[in-house]
Amino acid sequence: MLNRQGRPTSAQAHGTADPAAGMGDEAARLQEHRMGRGERGGAHRSTFTGNRALHQEEPLIFEIGRLECTGVDLDEPEPFTPRLGGLERQGTIGLPGLTEPEVLRHYVRLSQKNFGIDTGPFPLGSCTMKHNARLNERMARLPGFADIHPLQPLSTVQGALELMSELARQLCTLTGMPAVALSPKAGAHGEMLGLMAIRAAIEAKGEGASRRIVLVPDSAHGTNPATAALLGFTVKPVPARDDGWVHVDDFKPLLGPDVAAIMLTNPNTCGLFEPQVVEIADAIHAAGGYFYCDGANFNAIVGKVRPGDLGVDAMHINLHKTFSTPHGGGGPGAGPVVLSERLAPFAPVPFVRPLSRGAGEVESARQRRPGEGSAADSPLTPALSRKRERGNAYELVEHAADADDALPLGRITAFHGQMGMYVRALAYMLSHGADGMRQASEDAVLNANYVRACLADLMSLPFGNKPCMHEVLFDDAWLKDTGVTTLDVAKAMIDEGYHPMTMYFPLVVHGAMLIEPTESESKASLDLFIATMRDLAMSARRGDTERFLGAPYHAPRRRLDETRAARQPVLKWTPPTPLPPQEPQG
Amino acid sequence: MRYLPLSDADRREMLARIGVDRIDDLFAAVPKDKLLSSPPDLPRRKGELEVERILSRMAARNVAASSVPFFCGAGAYKHHVPASVDHLIQRSEFLTSYTPYQPEIAQGTLQYLFEFQTQVANLTAMEVANASMYDGSTGTAEAVLMAHRVTRRRKAVLSGGLHPHYAEVVKTVSRMAGDEVAALPPDVPAAEDLLSAIDETVSCVVVQTPDVFGNLRDLAPIAEKAHRHGALLIAVFTEAVSLGLVRPPGEMGADIAVGEGQSIGNALSFGGPYVGLFATRQKFIRQMPGRLCGETVDADGRRGYVLTLSAREQHIRRDKATSNICTNSGLCCLAFTIHMTLLGEAGLKRLARINHANAVTLAQMLSGVPGVEVLNETFFNEFTVRLKRPAAEVVERLAERGVLAGVPVSRLLPGAGLDDLLLVASTEVNTAEDRAAFVTHLTEVLR
Repeated sequence: MLNRQGRPTSAQAHGTADPAAGMGDEAARLQEHRMGRGERGGAHRSTFTGNRALHQEEPLIFEIGRLECTGVDLDEPEPFTPRLGGLERQGTIGLPGLTEPEVLRHYVRLSQKNFGIDTGPFPLGSCTMKHNARLNERMARLPGFADIHPLQPLSTVQGALELMSELARQLCTLTGMPAVALSPKAGAHGEMLGLMAIRAAIEAKGEGASRRIVLVPDSAHGTNPATAALLGFTVKPVPARDDGWVHVDDFKPLLGPDVAAIMLTNPNTCGLFEPQVVEIADAIHAAGGYFYCDGANFNAIVGKVRPGDLGVDAMHINLHKTFSTPHGGGGPGAGPVVLSERLAPFAPVPFVRPLSRGAGEVESARQRRPGEGSAADSPLTPALSRKRERGNAYELVEHAADADDALPLGRITAFHGQMGMYVRALAYMLSHGADGMRQASEDAVLNANYVRACLADLMSLPFGNKPCMHEVLFDDAWLKDTGVTTLDVAKAMIDEGYHPMTMYFPLVVHGAMLIEPTESESKASLDLFIATMRDLAMSARRGDTERFLGAPYHAPRRRLDETRAARQPVLKWTPPTPLPPQEPQG
Repeated sequence: MRYLPLSDADRREMLARIGVDRIDDLFAAVPKDKLLSSPPDLPRRKGELEVERILSRMAARNVAASSVPFFCGAGAYKHHVPASVDHLIQRSEFLTSYTPYQPEIAQGTLQYLFEFQTQVANLTAMEVANASMYDGSTGTAEAVLMAHRVTRRRKAVLSGGLHPHYAEVVKTVSRMAGDEVAALPPDVPAAEDLLSAIDETVSCVVVQTPDVFGNLRDLAPIAEKAHRHGALLIAVFTEAVSLGLVRPPGEMGADIAVGEGQSIGNALSFGGPYVGLFATRQKFIRQMPGRLCGETVDADGRRGYVLTLSAREQHIRRDKATSNICTNSGLCCLAFTIHMTLLGEAGLKRLARINHANAVTLAQMLSGVPGVEVLNETFFNEFTVRLKRPAAEVVERLAERGVLAGVPVSRLLPGAGLDDLLLVASTEVNTAEDRAAFVTHLTEVLR
């Protein structure tokens, strides 16, 4: 195992002969002591504090904070007569405080127990852990974006509406779709909106009672069936084939007047583009249903393929994946949904509408899609004229009654969605530009295929060694008879300084390992990753199970007991019960 | 391109290693006529400086809350957030990490979620809290769905004091899911008869306090009646700071407490991202939506944290899941937790008292303005005033004079005959000068 400088990463050098072999017993013992070899068994030299240099043990704030302590200096208000009507809170709340230096130290120490994209490669399949540009953070914090209220007068937020309008325009252009609903808060929320729009369209046709089935391939993300069920649809699985693709022939027999939609992920969760996607779209349309596309994997095809050209009716876009808004330890995300002509009228409120020609263009685009700017092209109504006289270039339609001939399905969140994420995503889009976004997708696909090509001989590809999109899926056949599982490989990767790939998803292959390097990894970084995976594979085959079964050895924690957490749930801190008084002994 | 490390030489070498000639050979599964031959019709890449110029120009067209006397609330509140909060949440290890699926290298996220859950449970005086929802409104819709699961009934009663956006979200989700909603009409004076709406068919009663018009409500009688009929009380709040001063949901018999956590640690940000707080009783945890963090031990017996009870969740249960929710509002929870830790109990209570004091002072001053009537008996930091002219028009006139005077009720409830009502919020950020400017300009505009 070599590091970036071409030197062995440790004296133990996994995969080489025991470095202590040939030394005298005493020398070997000393060597073992110095190198902390015992640590591989988990018994490392203890320290007084329990800390290990930069690995600091950190108690909970409830164990170090004080109820009377505060890190915010506020003056008590002048005496006044409360207007609480006898509903004043009494007693202790249970919220200890800390001063600012203590708070900084506490949370910095916690941060050091976390692995982020900036820490190292994060090839978590289907999650698109690409670089998060700090320019985007700075832009989202401009007071003109971060410090504006969602309900202040529209004349005072024209720049915010312009930004939303421009983001919408770019998303529509990239997807080849005529409309987008920006407000969904996350991918799953976008899925919900997409299916709601489909439900609304079906109801508008008077088929609400009869079309109750949503077809979901077995390989789909769990949110797909969960969303469909949440909205009262019956989920019917589309069986998987051994080539990783959905076949129109498997799918056609399931179609009928009772089918509302298919939810298809494309590129799919096996890392493959669905070659029959157009036939599938045609078939569902012919049967009177709709095509919902899970856009989680859009990063593979931005600037290369437009979902609108494939017959998609609705697709959510995870801004936190494809457009690099930070994942933030599990949110906040944003999941705008692009909609076809057939679904566009049902888009929820609120939405932004330009009041003047040319609004919403950062640069004069050469061509606009048909249907865009129609509000500007049509004769101005008296109401519109009044708004324009006020100098407003955009309006925000917040109520169905103001939506003219559209039929909004309602509201799915308070206010207008994830503005902070819109700013970051647009900063990403402006930075990359059309050429950069296309290049990013090509690089993401190239990186995944490079990993595939370099590991195909040692790890197993369930659907054969064929080109993948931006992620490559392995199964655990290569681990057969090694006594090592996918989980063990993941934990051993942690010791090597990697965030593991996605494990055990999709469910259609055994022991799935889904690797998505993203375009953010350099070739050198990929080469080291590939070398590491090869070394792990050879270790497993050689029978060095210790390297896997006890892993991770070097993380802030060893493997955690998840069964215990679920059987005896402890979901909040409670003050320790004092020990009963001890009987005097003897 | 500054974000893309591969060079053209790398790309050629990698294509050769893969064994293809061109990048488009890797897109062979795409139908030929669907593969674009050139980039889409959008501007080309730009440097940092240029992007910053474009976006700064847009930002400059907005009036920032901190630049004017500012009194908007209605579910989103302008509070001072200490500098250290924003610094800490931008630590790479927090900002760029994922949902903590690999707990050994995500203890930072997991521990703060455990702290967050404890703070939210204690703040609401409930037994357990989850690791957050998208925001208060979607959390409220999830609470209604949860109540339906618990009670096996499908009808929610919504108070007329519930934030209209929250009510709309519940209605949209319920309509789509085929559930029933009985929404009471807008209730400005908090005088509605909720009790008689509760019977054996009702799954839950959704009541907000302080309500959208600012009134404080005693939920105990509603809880008592709901429980007598086997229904749950869902207590909603949109201003988390109020819980430092006002009786919390858990002390008034709430079964689910759900609300908006934005006002602690998080910027206004034009409505999002925010953080939904969600707490309930221990006995309902397996019906709860969203992520939960729990305490456990590692292989060496050391305390650690994991995501737990995931048997409720979509990635395990698929179409049988309690919710389709996949993420939480991670970084916004962190901001909440850090700000709350800085405040501590003493700081939170004082902050709440300052908010209340400022609002009481402002209400007194406004009630002295001709053509203005303060409608509330009780309130925390927001109240409703009746103006002698349509509130939207008055707000627009005041905005021209550089005062953001509040939220016209007609913005939330157009056509409800409440066009003369204005919601006015006052927090610790308001100075005596802000209040004086408000009163002066309002007096002139109404003259």
